[in-house]
Amino acid sequence: MVKVLDGLRGYGLIVGMWFRSTLAYRASFLLTTLGNAITSWLEFAGILIIFSHVDQLGGFSVGEVALMYATASCSLGLADLFLGNMDQLGARVRDGSVDTMLIRPVPLFAQVAADRFVLRRVGRIVQGLLVLGWALAQLRPGWSVLEYALLAGVIVCGAAIFGALWALGGAFQFWAQDAAQVQNSVTYGGNRLLQYPPTIYGTELVRGVTYVVPLAFVNWVPLLRLLDRDDPLGLPGWVDFLSPLVAVVMCALTALLWRVGVRSYRSTGS
Amino acid sequence: MDGMAASDGMDGTDGMDGTRGTVAGGDELIVLEELEKVFRVRRRAGRFRRTRSEVRAVNGISFTVRRGEMVGYIGPNGAGKSTTIKMLTGILTPSGGRLRVAGIDPQHERTRLARRIGVVFGQRTTLWWDLPLRDSYALVRRMYRVPQARFRENLERCVELLDLAELLEVPVRQLSLGQRMRGDIAAALLHDPEVLYLDEPTIGLDVISKAKVRSFLRELNAERGTTVLLTTHDLTDIEQLCRRVMVIDHGRLMYDGGLPGLYEAGAGERQLVVDLEREQPPISVEGARTVRVEGPRQWLAFPAKASAAPLVARVAADYPLLDLSLREPDIEDVIARMYASGDGGGDGPRAAEVPVAG
Amino acid sequence: MRMSGLYRAVAGSSFRRYATYRVATAAGVFTNTVFGFFMSYTFIALWDQRPGLGGYDQAQALTFVWVGQGLLAATAVMGGGFREELQERIRTGEISIDLYRPVDLQLWWLAVDLGRSAFQLLGRGIVPVVVGGLIFELALPTDPLRWLLFGCALALGLLVAFALNYLVALMAFWLMDGNGLNMVSNLLGMFCSGMVMPLTVFPEGLGTVLQWLPWAALLQVPADVLLGRYAGGGAFAVLLFPLLWAVALLLLGRLVQAAATRRVVVQGG
Repeated sequence: MVKVLDGLRGYGLIVGMWFRSTLAYRASFLLTTLGNAITSWLEFAGILIIFSHVDQLGGFSVGEVALMYATASCSLGLADLFLGNMDQLGARVRDGSVDTMLIRPVPLFAQVAADRFVLRRVGRIVQGLLVLGWALAQLRPGWSVLEYALLAGVIVCGAAIFGALWALGGAFQFWAQDAAQVQNSVTYGGNRLLQYPPTIYGTELVRGVTYVVPLAFVNWVPLLRLLDRDDPLGLPGWVDFLSPLVAVVMCALTALLWRVGVRSYRSTGS
Repeated sequence: MDGMAASDGMDGTDGMDGTRGTVAGGDELIVLEELEKVFRVRRRAGRFRRTRSEVRAVNGISFTVRRGEMVGYIGPNGAGKSTTIKMLTGILTPSGGRLRVAGIDPQHERTRLARRIGVVFGQRTTLWWDLPLRDSYALVRRMYRVPQARFRENLERCVELLDLAELLEVPVRQLSLGQRMRGDIAAALLHDPEVLYLDEPTIGLDVISKAKVRSFLRELNAERGTTVLLTTHDLTDIEQLCRRVMVIDHGRLMYDGGLPGLYEAGAGERQLVVDLEREQPPISVEGARTVRVEGPRQWLAFPAKASAAPLVARVAADYPLLDLSLREPDIEDVIARMYASGDGGGDGPRAAEVPVAG
Repeated sequence: MRMSGLYRAVAGSSFRRYATYRVATAAGVFTNTVFGFFMSYTFIALWDQRPGLGGYDQAQALTFVWVGQGLLAATAVMGGGFREELQERIRTGEISIDLYRPVDLQLWWLAVDLGRSAFQLLGRGIVPVVVGGLIFELALPTDPLRWLLFGCALALGLLVAFALNYLVALMAFWLMDGNGLNMVSNLLGMFCSGMVMPLTVFPEGLGTVLQWLPWAALLQVPADVLLGRYAGGGAFAVLLFPLLWAVALLLLGRLVQAAATRRVVVQGG
């Protein structure tokens, strides 16, 4: 527990340093913030363009798809904000920064997570929340407090699953330093996948992201329950509530692999 | 001025540590017993085949360093110096053997150890590139939880001795290499570490910066009793700073002792430096071996007890000799010789990068 | 003539340099293929409901997806080309050394970038299209003339891509840190080239405007040439579009380069 608090404190300190570093280049800071805000909106514009031609996609309305988009965006945004630079661990191993991190009295995980922190990543979360509001205005689902709480839970668990995948990929880079791209296809690719309803994809693909890489638990599985839709895989009802368990298992797995990774860290041959 | 060390012992953490009992005596700060690091490497052999092999970067090294010692740790590239330092600081996990620094096992209590050691890597900086130097120091204060008064005192001292006053408000990216190195050394000392590891602290520095760094380290060691372990390629560092030298090659400790002893160990040979009319393949003459060729100049090593006269005559008879001089052994040759004689094993990661043809 | 030999050598060594990044290439192919899959399923769902949308049948729409994924690395719309390298040289001031060399800065980097894109066309372009073709029904032509025209459109498109990236990179002379601009540039590249969705599917007014902007030369035009949207003489005429943009942007690049160089000289490098 002390270690966790130490880690959080160190994380905060380093994040502060990076934040001030980005302010050293003001023009670029403004442009990237702006760029980040527009990027996420363009993604959503793609969905709106599709719905300018059709009323339903895979049997889902624009409001329902927007809900999927929004939850995926918020979850990814949260994971990205806190662990965003995990995918760069390989590069940090190569340029020797990991060595300098390991001589500081802060857990390595906290330092890698805080590395090159940029506040503009908040942009994606804000945008996700705005789309979420829009989607709910479209759907007018008439939910009770319980269901809204469930929705919040979906986002948090989703963030944990995305975060675990990110860190898992990061830990893997202790061995394979060029694997950042593969990791991105799971996280950013997963985000792209989950923005659309599962019914448009082949069953094999949906099975894959349910049983192998449990992306489906980020938002699909619980959202289908919330929207009163059938699960395309026909899983039993209680599976809809498994997201927290999946998140915990993923995090535990990640913690384990991270430890092994640090243990077998080889540094750069200098 | 051992007050620092004493106050550190009193915080209780030392005594509680179960490992303490096996480390004899209170003043043995660093203890290595048969320390090993084995890397498994996979090499491409042909288009698809890969062979696996083991490289013993550190192959059973034992030594102890007492509080307040200043030790030079030298050896050629790939000898295992950096690997040892990285194990001592907790960056790398040892493959075998035992290791204690201030009673702490670096592998299992890395962050606790980090508060008690200072590390400076010559080739990379721990300072914040885009921020003023002062900001990096403020981070150290908070990260290591250095009490405000203590921090101010330490900073003032470093600023004075390392000549940093003008640089505190300058973004690190605008500092010269020498300025940055001084800044890095200060950053490693603000939390009163008991041990300071320096990996190539004078690499790439100009003469004045080198002198400044050295005099600072001397003072630090003399006044504060900080233990210093430094690796370097610059033997002047060692000559000016260290009373004790350890030479490592192929992952093994080749020599551990005082500087005079090192000279003695290598005094077995002298060198004849000959300038020929033109470039030639290495000279071969009886009673000497060519150890280095640089354009028309060649270095011949021969036993120190032998007379140089017949050797000179032989060379002059067979080769177009222009000029010659005799060199008594210096520390560099001594070490070069040690590397050469350790070459027999030949299973090390890289060939010794010393100017020895044999 | 000796100079042209130099630039050929530069391009060649750039090609070989990228060829050594094997793991990164494989990882990139994997990512392109994964995204190709996700986009294909979305497009299938869309074209199932609206056959002929944007003037494409489903097979053509899927071809658009996979050709786009195949060209993503070669056109460097998402970065990863020479741009970051040049910006870093400008930021660290090493650029002043380059300016004293007896080579033309723009041609030098053009050679570097063409070498890179040639490799990425082969290394990152072919596999995704082949995988896409094995899983989905694509509308790849058999007519060699059309492939030849596609090759021409693609070559011109790569020139336009370079010219755009060169302009962005040079902005580092004024901004110092290029990250922000790169991000905006990647964004425009992805959206306006048709990588996200064919420009003909965009809302009418917007779609028409985007089809006249230089980014259309990166994917929209080559893909349309490949899919046979331009018959007979029209196929040759459409090549004028990337050609004119390439010339205009390369000239603009020279102007900006001259201004930037003056700036370095005034500042004393």
